[in-house]
Amino acid sequence: MELSVNDTPAYLYTGGRPFDRQQPVVVLIHGAGHDHSVWNYQARQLAHHGFAVLAPDLPGHGRSQGSPLPTIEALADWVEALLDAAGVVHAALAGHSMGSLVALQTAAQAPARISKLILIGSVAPMPVAPPLLEAAAHERAAAHGMINQWSYTPASQLGASPVPGVSLTGLNQRLMERQREGVLANDLAACNAYQGGLDAAARIAVPCAMLCGERDQMTPRKAVKPLHEALAKVPGGARMIVIKGAGHAMMAEAPDAVGDAMRGFLTSA
Amino acid sequence: MTLPKTFGPETLALHAGQSPDPAFGARAAPIYFTTSYVFPDTDHAAALFNLERPGHVYTRISNPTNAMLEERIAALEGGVGAIAVASGQAALHLAITTLMGAGGHIVASHALYGGSHNLLAYTLPRFGITTTFVDPHDADAWRAAVRPETRLFFGESLGNPGLDVLDIPAVADIAHAHRVPLLVDATLVTPCLQRPLALGADLVLHSATKFLGGHGVAVGGLLVDGGRFDWEASGLFPTLTEPYDGFHGMDFAEESPIAAFLLRARREGLRDFGACLSPMNAFQILQGMETLPLRMRAHVANARKVAEHLAAHPLVAHVAWPGLDSHRDHALAARLLPDGAGSVLSFELKGGRAAGRAFIEGLRVFSHLANVGDAKSLVIHPASTTHFRMSAQDLAAAGIGEGTVRLSVGLESVDDLIEDLNRGLYAASRVEQG
Repeated sequence: MELSVNDTPAYLYTGGRPFDRQQPVVVLIHGAGHDHSVWNYQARQLAHHGFAVLAPDLPGHGRSQGSPLPTIEALADWVEALLDAAGVVHAALAGHSMGSLVALQTAAQAPARISKLILIGSVAPMPVAPPLLEAAAHERAAAHGMINQWSYTPASQLGASPVPGVSLTGLNQRLMERQREGVLANDLAACNAYQGGLDAAARIAVPCAMLCGERDQMTPRKAVKPLHEALAKVPGGARMIVIKGAGHAMMAEAPDAVGDAMRGFLTSA
Repeated sequence: MTLPKTFGPETLALHAGQSPDPAFGARAAPIYFTTSYVFPDTDHAAALFNLERPGHVYTRISNPTNAMLEERIAALEGGVGAIAVASGQAALHLAITTLMGAGGHIVASHALYGGSHNLLAYTLPRFGITTTFVDPHDADAWRAAVRPETRLFFGESLGNPGLDVLDIPAVADIAHAHRVPLLVDATLVTPCLQRPLALGADLVLHSATKFLGGHGVAVGGLLVDGGRFDWEASGLFPTLTEPYDGFHGMDFAEESPIAAFLLRARREGLRDFGACLSPMNAFQILQGMETLPLRMRAHVANARKVAEHLAAHPLVAHVAWPGLDSHRDHALAARLLPDGAGSVLSFELKGGRAAGRAFIEGLRVFSHLANVGDAKSLVIHPASTTHFRMSAQDLAAAGIGEGTVRLSVGLESVDDLIEDLNRGLYAASRVEQG
């Protein structure tokens, strides 16, 4: 569906079911250079099990108009504006990679509106390797190649895909190519520049889950620790869920495990 | 900056799409000979039907062995995915019916495999889909044939029977200027000699029966989606960009902006038209593909020696193989097929039908049959077989001479092939003299 957010048309995928704000709302925020389609299976599972799903294309991405927003803070403001535009008072937030920083920042700056938080493939701070930043700005094809190489496990690069007949890395390559010029460079620069992650985490007092790919090279398990520890006010501590065998692109590589973990966490007390 | 390392075609041909079997660790591709798949519980069953989870429901729609084949050809072609079907003809039918219904129009090269020509010229018009055939070399003809209802451009990497080379970048540009995709039949080249998606094509089909299998034991087809064509931006493809009542009201381009075509083709085309591939055939084609890069190099090397030998022979009027500089598309082949122009070639015998017949009957190593792309060398004389009812005049209009012979050069010792051809040429010479 389409909504006007800050006077600019924004596209939102609702997981194959009409959006019903009477149901518990969950917002799924995609990562750098992506769009809503990275959430297909998780969005459909949640939408078919009692949740009202909003998976936006962030500004300038996919079908949403406007320019990509240059900072994580600006993206968090946009998510708040999106909730207003959709008439949503309370929502759970889930984000992947860059989207996880947006979810974290939104939850920190609008604590009264966010009921639960799911951080997928998340570290804070989230430094981006200089060669990738450079390539995203000046040689997109090389940047896409690096992201594919670092986001998918060797098994996904060469072996079977969970989606019959679909090449996960081929699909991701084209999805990144489909985004407008400058979008990926903007997003990676926003991740790299965001220094407020640990402060934001310290303010989170709602249930939080962290999903980590067992073989993630972009946001590896050992690098998650500072963010996990900073989420000290989360009741019972942030729940760490390791997605077996998956890399950074875990929604694609392990769609069932990620969907089940999200749904399990969102439906738990 | 250099691009990150990607896998070479030899590696992809052996591994892409297949991980060691999770059940027993089998290294070879298991044949999942099953029609259907047990659902762990009712919620899981519903989730598979709703596309909340990926997986297999019924082998007409997907099968694990077929998926290995699909992902392998997708990796080799540089596509986002593929669909395995019962034959190359089924792949062409699936592509067309996914993109258009009655009232749709196709612009196609006139240099096509006879089966494809039959489908486009005679059968599909009965269902309201028409085709304008054009000279593939004539860019203005492609442009002039476009109508408001045109939904697809179609050609073969190497066209029949003259081995015309399709200028894929040029034809793709024209197609895209008219907001329609280009589908290329790459059967005669395989991804080892040409990757049409990298040259600008949007969809690729194969008769996997031919070089991909290579053994001549299994009929099958593959349809690969490049994932670059923007269906939403084109605005001409309501089957992909509007809700479909036949599948959960799904708007396929909304669901998957990149793989909308594959989604509709599988969820509608395979489901309803049902031209699925047997997992046994998928397994056999996978076995063939493991050695595809090696075989294609050997095919091309043999074809070159055969073509050069025939071109120098006094009984041969003309050899059509784009690897020879006498071919009208030699320069284009050098650009678009730098690793070789395949191993199907045709030549014109002096002496007409009788010489052609004598030539064929004089051969011992070449098999006389109606196929191409086998590891074994094949030969056919159209004027005395597939086109025997046609007059000399009609043959000429189809680009076939009375003495035209088509060879599919196989992997035998090339000296044996040349000796065999000499034997046939000697038999033909005796007819000419007699």
